[in-house]
Amino acid sequence: MEQKQANCGLSAPCPNKERQGGGSTLFDKIWDAHVVQNVEDGPTQLYIDRLYCHEVTSPQAFEGMRARGLKCLRPERIFCMPDHNTPTHDQDKPIEDPVSKKQVDTLAKNTADFGLAHFGMMDKRNGIIHVVGPERGLSLPGMTIVCGDSHTSTHGAMGAVAFGIGTSEVEMVMASQCILQQKPKSMRINVEGHLGWGVTAKDVALYLMSKLTTSGATGYFVEYAGAAVRSLSMEGRLTLCNLSIEMGARGGFIAPDEVTFNYIKGREYAPKGEEWDKAVEYWKTLKSDDDAVYDKELTFQAEDIEPMVTYGTNPGMGMGITESIPALDTIDAAGQASYIKSLNYMGFEPGEKLLGKKIDYVFLGACTNGRIEDFRAFAGLVKGRKKADNVIAWLVPGSWMVDEQIRKEGLDKVLEAAGFEIRQPGCSACLAMNDDKIPAGKLSVSTSNRNFEGRQGPGARTILASPLVAAASAVTGVVTDPRTLMK
Amino acid sequence: MKQKFDIIQSTCVPLPLENVDTDQIIPARFLKATTRDEKFFGDNLFRDWRFNKEEQPKQDFVFNQPDFCEAPREGVHQILVAGKNFGSGSSREHAAWAIAGYGFRVVISSFFADIHKNNELNNFVLPVVVSEGFLAELFESIKQNPQMEVKVDVPNQTVTNLATGKSEKFEINGYKKYCLMNALDDIDFLLENKDKIEKYEEKVKM
Repeated sequence: MEQKQANCGLSAPCPNKERQGGGSTLFDKIWDAHVVQNVEDGPTQLYIDRLYCHEVTSPQAFEGMRARGLKCLRPERIFCMPDHNTPTHDQDKPIEDPVSKKQVDTLAKNTADFGLAHFGMMDKRNGIIHVVGPERGLSLPGMTIVCGDSHTSTHGAMGAVAFGIGTSEVEMVMASQCILQQKPKSMRINVEGHLGWGVTAKDVALYLMSKLTTSGATGYFVEYAGAAVRSLSMEGRLTLCNLSIEMGARGGFIAPDEVTFNYIKGREYAPKGEEWDKAVEYWKTLKSDDDAVYDKELTFQAEDIEPMVTYGTNPGMGMGITESIPALDTIDAAGQASYIKSLNYMGFEPGEKLLGKKIDYVFLGACTNGRIEDFRAFAGLVKGRKKADNVIAWLVPGSWMVDEQIRKEGLDKVLEAAGFEIRQPGCSACLAMNDDKIPAGKLSVSTSNRNFEGRQGPGARTILASPLVAAASAVTGVVTDPRTLMK
Repeated sequence: MKQKFDIIQSTCVPLPLENVDTDQIIPARFLKATTRDEKFFGDNLFRDWRFNKEEQPKQDFVFNQPDFCEAPREGVHQILVAGKNFGSGSSREHAAWAIAGYGFRVVISSFFADIHKNNELNNFVLPVVVSEGFLAELFESIKQNPQMEVKVDVPNQTVTNLATGKSEKFEINGYKKYCLMNALDDIDFLLENKDKIEKYEEKVKM
């Protein structure tokens, strides 16, 4: 039931092409092209090109479908894979945790019963859903993409409207290939100038969160633009869009360009031959009009961004790696209780620097930073050095395809020589649903997306950072500015 | 669970913290269930704030305090009052199932994260957005008298602090209000509109 020629976003030949007077954002164009109807005094019924399902947020949707006696309306548009529970070792053996096993097995059974594509464990196409979608050519410009996972915003990097949804909404899409949504407001975030040496897409995202807070973009769909955004590789763009949700945004995207087209070309489900030419021709029209109006527009300078670290228990609590944790009197009165609770949990003091602080764990991976470029950066920095003895490091590729590329480029040898081992793909210690749990009280430098209390394991303390900061800290055993090792 | 909304008048449970994320509402290790067992999720609502490692209630958490520990029932503790940006982070609907399963019917805050807000609505828990001032005063009223009540009137879209008599209008679109008042969900609606979906697909094929 595999559909090699995936729908290429052409399901929606942009009706705005003939619109007079311009003034539309790319978000408007993609959204409008997918409107089935606007419900009176209510939400929009939006057509969805691609639904991804993983094992955690889908079982109750399948259960609901069964209870209503429904079949999936458009099964060929749905792709499923386990990623949250998968162990990062011995994937060829049955999962030891019976509850995790049941959830993964349930997905396999559900996809068989409902006739859906399933990339199961040990399938070479398996991996974290937000890594696999783009790398298999399943997420394409102009599409509407949803998944029961807030980091679905990742796929926006392809020039798509992609957002996370709840399980009831997953069921809605299974049943009708549509979703009812209130149209979000639009925001453009421009990052102009050039990113400094040692500053990555992850740092840009952490910087934006530190400026906007975790709710600064709530209610908005964000378009990232500006020279520094354009200069990012596809992997960097995926990282940036991945973290849109951490500013509260419904989603984030980047208009497709040659970087996007070159990335997609030749991938498994990407359009081929004549279809490819037609697709690119359409994709080239996918940009905001010059006179497009946004509900909000913000501009930042790339030169103001340094490698970032978080010090608290939400991703907006971030600072430049050389800076100090803000003093309590800089926090507004209503937020002080949360601020104190947060620093108490982390065991940090206001005014303190994190540079030089002893760490226990390093995690490289997740849908945020589990791609080949992240492994190249990490390997590049640790090359010729040794992992610090006090550090336990988990390096988890985002997919088997990333794993294969790591080996093809010999990065595995570099990492092994430095004392690191590569584990098997999955979400792993990002949310610790498998065995990869950071023990209570231990401090981890993690390339994942959330530093919430207990996120990496009950009592675990998380500093979010880029792969470069993670690598530098892994070889020194303390929070380290990678620029000091890169000279 | 589908249930009809009209007027809810109840005492409240206060949680005056900001940015309460869904990982706190229901930690990831409880997401492994394969059924929508609201009781299970409700029992584990705010698990790591409510219980210590030895599974003993933490006395500093509001759910375990004498004034607020009674489980919700008609008129009692059916309303959770939370700080700004409630439900941020993960899209897990399990958070909404946990809130519903515990027995809350309404959550009042000055700001909700988008996905979680939809999840609450889809589970017949009503998110009520109030002004920062109203919220601050409501926390104060509860502090002074934990037995004070709030009235949430869905037909008139008003929320009233019955200790001060102050009232605010809250937003909800006409469609969703109709759904809540009649215990209908979005899938019921979408299934009725299948012809429009097919028409759309025909249109974009051309």
